[in-house]
Formats: sequence, C-alpha cells, structure tokens
Amino acid sequence: MTVWQIILVSSIAVLAIKLLGYLVPEQVLQTPTAARTANLVTVALLSALIVVQTIGSGQGILIDARVPAIAAAAGLLALRVPFILVIAAAAGVAAALRALGWAA
Amino acid sequence: MSAASDRREAWRASWAVGLAVAAYGVSFGALAVASGLDVWQACVLSAVMFSGGSQFALIGVLAAGGPASGPAAIAGATLLGLRNGLYAIRVSPIVGPGWAKRLLAGHLTIDESTAVATAQPTLESQRIGFWATGTIIWVGWNLMTLAGALVGDLLGDVSAFGLDAAAAAAFLGLVWPRLRALQPVVVAVGAAVVTAATIPVLPPGLPVLVAALVGVVVGIPDLLGSRGAAQPRLVHHDDVPPAPDSGESER
Repeated sequence: MTVWQIILVSSIAVLAIKLLGYLVPEQVLQTPTAARTANLVTVALLSALIVVQTIGSGQGILIDARVPAIAAAAGLLALRVPFILVIAAAAGVAAALRALGWAA
Repeated sequence: MSAASDRREAWRASWAVGLAVAAYGVSFGALAVASGLDVWQACVLSAVMFSGGSQFALIGVLAAGGPASGPAAIAGATLLGLRNGLYAIRVSPIVGPGWAKRLLAGHLTIDESTAVATAQPTLESQRIGFWATGTIIWVGWNLMTLAGALVGDLLGDVSAFGLDAAAAAAFLGLVWPRLRALQPVVVAVGAAVVTAATIPVLPPGLPVLVAALVGVVVGIPDLLGSRGAAQPRLVHHDDVPPAPDSGESER
C-alpha cells in the first residue's frame, strides 16, 4: 500500500465509525459490558503504544533515552502538570541526555 | 444556576479544553513528519480522521514498519476510533435531529467534545459544550498540525530533539486519566507486558493489536471489576474526563 492509501482508508474508517454511532438507537450498545470493554480496549491499546514508542525499534527492543524521558513524564503527570508541558519535558529530557552523550 | 450562567460555564469549559488540545496538535504535526509523512498527509489526517489517539497510533506504526505495515496501522487506528462510535450514541440525543447537522456532529465527535457536553447540566448548555468544543478543537488542531509539520520538516533529525520520547509521553498522557481504578491499571500493565513480549516476534503493528485483546479478555467477564456497583452509564463524563487529549485537569 502507498502511504496515501493507508491515510485515506484509515481516515475514512475512523470517520465512518463516528457517523455509524448516530444511526444506532441509543439503547443498543448501552450495556455496561459494551461500555466497560470499549474503555478497557482503549486503555490496552494506549498502554501497548506507550511500550512500542518507548522501547520498540523496528522489530526489536532498544533501551535508550526514551526510557528516562517517559519516567519523567509519568512523574509530571502524577504532579498534575499540564499535558503540553509534560510532552515538552519528555522531549527535553531525551534531547538533553543525548546531547550530553549519557544515552543513545 | 441560571440558564445564562450555565451557558457561560459551557463556553468557558469549551475554550479551556479546546485551546489545550489544539496546542497539542503541534506535536502531532511534527511527529507525523518525523514518521515519514509529508506535510499534506499530516494535514489530511488531522482534517479527516480527526481523532488524536488514532492519528498517533497510525503514525507510530508507520514509523516503525513503513508502508508495509499499512494493514496493521489501519487496524490500530480503527480500533482506537471505536470509542468515538460509542460517544456518538451518547451525544446523539444532545445533537438532535437533522441529517446535515448529525453528519457534521459526527465529524466532531471525539473524547473532548463528548466529555464537555456530557458534563453540562442542561440540554442547551450540553449543545453549546459539544459544538463549541468540537469546533474550537477542529480549527485549532488543524492549524497547529500544519505549523508542527512545517517546523518538523525543518528540524531534520528528530531524535536529537527528543520527539520520539514525546510520542511515548503523548500516549501516556492519553491513558493517564483512565487509570483511576484497579481494573484499567491491571489491563494497562497486562497490555504492556504482552506488547514487550511480542515486539521481537511479530511484525510492527501487530503487538499493539494482540495487546488490545487484554482489554476484551478482562472486560467481557468483568474480571477485577465492580460488578453490581453503580457502573457509569456508557460514556458518563467520569469515564471521559476533559483531560485525555489535553492534560487539562483543573475541572
């Protein structure tokens, strides 16, 4: 697939899901099981993506400056620091460690 | 509260959440370009897909696996977008009838517009919350994506600027507000372990999809859950705090 095909197919799929929700009668999916499972699948996906972004490197695992950066981000989130600052801090920690030659 | 103060409060919440999330579009734009997309591809994603989690998931998989990982990237983005369908069911009565209005509302149905709308006390203020938040974020998110993509294009080697770590932190910020009970924490840890174990053996993108099954396995039988306790109705705002895509946590 080309990158454009991937972008268009996925964008249309995500948009279609939103629109489909407006066609569903309100009671159909409104069970505790559906709501709970949807929420937990979202948590599982996000958690998996954190791991891939933090230690993934193609089809392999690589421990580098991203690990201390994500630890710093977790600490700041626990302190209720605004989201955009947490992202900037994570980037800053990784960039600083690399500039100092302390981490790859 | 009076109707006027309800309206004011809805507008205030919309701007607070909207501006915080829009600012965050800059990191999406920069990361999209770093993942190998061009500026226009980044902008189309923000304009059409318009769902932060799905957008970050897509570029994350593409960055690791390139265009060959397309099917896994599409599947990951689509799975993360499933919750928007549930939000749509929830806000459908708030939006009301009229197919053109519902078509537009569908496009704006995301974590934050749903969260702000459902947190308001009256139907009128719920409508203001939904449309104002959705519109502010759509406009801001797209402008900031363009800005981020243009800047990212100039940066070159993004790891020197720590942008790869920023992507990981972005996902952490999205999941953080959801970790308020034992069950989601267990799912998050389980999914992380499954992902780490499968990264070396599966093609890029697939570990994320396998890890999603942890949510299904725990969710359907309600393992470690609060069966019998008062479950929030579908996407009651307790489930969807105004924070997820924004870090806005003062509410």
